[in-house]
Amino acid sequence: MPSDYAYVGLFLLFGVLFVLFVFILSRLIAPYKPNPVKKENYECGEVPIGQGWIQFNVRYYLYAIIFVIFDVEVVFLFPWAVVYRSLGFFAFIEMLIFIAILLFGLIYVWKKGALKWV
Amino acid sequence: MDLSLMDINWRVILPEITLAVFGFVLLLLEAFLPKDKKRITGHIAWIGIVLSFLFCLNLYGTQLSSFKGMALSDNFAIFFSFLFLISSFFVILQSLSFLKREEQVRGDYYALILFATLGMILMASTLDLVVIFLGLEIVSISLYILSGFRKKDLKSNEASLKFFLMGAFATGFLVYGIALIYGSLGTTNLEKIFILIPLTETTLPGKDFLLYAGIGLLIVGFGFKIASVPFHMWMPDVFEGAPAPIAAFISAGPKSAGFAALLRIFLLAFSSFKPDWILIFWILSVLSMTTGNLLALWQTNLKRLLAYSSIAHVGYILIAFVAGGNSAISGVLFYLSIYILMNLGAFAIIISMGSKDREGTDLFKEYAGAGLKNPFLGVFMAIFMLSLSGFPPTAGFLAKFYIFSSAVKSGYLGLVIIAVINSMISVYYYLRVIVYMFMKPAEEDIKPVSIPFSLGLVILVTGIGILAFGILPQPLLDLAYNSIF
Repeated sequence: MPSDYAYVGLFLLFGVLFVLFVFILSRLIAPYKPNPVKKENYECGEVPIGQGWIQFNVRYYLYAIIFVIFDVEVVFLFPWAVVYRSLGFFAFIEMLIFIAILLFGLIYVWKKGALKWV
Repeated sequence: MDLSLMDINWRVILPEITLAVFGFVLLLLEAFLPKDKKRITGHIAWIGIVLSFLFCLNLYGTQLSSFKGMALSDNFAIFFSFLFLISSFFVILQSLSFLKREEQVRGDYYALILFATLGMILMASTLDLVVIFLGLEIVSISLYILSGFRKKDLKSNEASLKFFLMGAFATGFLVYGIALIYGSLGTTNLEKIFILIPLTETTLPGKDFLLYAGIGLLIVGFGFKIASVPFHMWMPDVFEGAPAPIAAFISAGPKSAGFAALLRIFLLAFSSFKPDWILIFWILSVLSMTTGNLLALWQTNLKRLLAYSSIAHVGYILIAFVAGGNSAISGVLFYLSIYILMNLGAFAIIISMGSKDREGTDLFKEYAGAGLKNPFLGVFMAIFMLSLSGFPPTAGFLAKFYIFSSAVKSGYLGLVIIAVINSMISVYYYLRVIVYMFMKPAEEDIKPVSIPFSLGLVILVTGIGILAFGILPQPLLDLAYNSIF
């Protein structure tokens, strides 16, 4: 038992040391030549307007979370589609139920106006 | 892969399916009903609960299992399902008039209560850690939203955000614990874990450490969900900020669900490790009751007081884990049933005393003299407070008695002495509520409050239940004793 704890302790130690090592190494060997263009916020190549540290509209969050749900749905659908033949009818019904549940959610957020940009 | 409809016994999860279907119907109704017709959503919600209850009743004693042991209907599961459904039923009744007063009658509120109930039933009726986790998350996420339901109220927002951040953190511990246990034993099935553990000495040398770490993380995760002391910080803030029916709900159903899972995990799967984890539970128990009771003494807000009292009661229930054995398990079942009645009743009175502009304060001084003006509320509040502190004619006394006596029988006299001292401390703050209601003069001229039918019903049923089980506990005790896994 004590040797097991020693493993974890060593792991912890090396984890910390490794991070420190990498930071110091990059500080030592990386060239540092800042200019105003380099220091600007990155906005997908567009010319930035103002600072990045502002309050964002909460609707971004709503959109993102609804997007994630349907993203996950697709992740779930792909493996099912690949082995569709061997899973058969039962899995088909299961998938329909799964999609129907998400559909209820979509109808709800749509009707509640979460998809409208005001 | 041999998936087919024939292998699956759908009857086992019929109560869950009912709740899910009613939940979705309520979501759609919320989206499409005009505002003045939304009152029916509450009634649809309790009809769903009653239907689900009937399916559970039909399952009692069947001992079925489905989805390869992931869903089962042993008496333990059904007993807890009864508790969850009854508490959700009372919470919906409380909410009917509460939401009307708040002018927030909404279907999604009830839908979330149904989903949370579904999650709790999942937690109690499975032998698989992954399903327990799934159920726990369904419950938690619904509760995060529900506790922030008073959207314009800062305290409600605070409650929701605190609950969410700390809950998500605790979930991380829990999942990591499950992962470590799976990593060392290769299964998440509790019965298989029970069988495998005596073999670990010989077949899995060196993997013990993972297992111990996993068990420790599970205790942290569940300790948060049941709000035992080092992990209790969220509870008073959530109770204060959340809408009163939701605070009642959190103290009743989800807490019992946490205990259902803990009982199965520690008194079944890890029972052979008892010498290793018993000290942890001993410390958690003493810390919970002492801290809960001492902090409750200083509260001036009735909801915060009930939060600390709830933490103290967790301490009493954890004694049963130290004691172990069948009488302790049935003691926990009895205690939780009575605790749900006491708490839901007390919260129903808090809701009746509140009003729209005063919601969220619930200070003691607002209750000064209220007992004389509203004898019905006053008398029942006295019953609930006496029962919470454990006075003999009420069921609260018997609930404590059974757990304490099981601990004495197992030889944990010191723990019981600490618990009894704590019970005596708690009498002070419970009686203070009664003193305020009957013996302090009202600050201004107060009018008697009018009690809506649904709230009156909750107060009456829970109050009479406490007295009835205090005098005739045998039927409930027998039921609890027959429901041990």
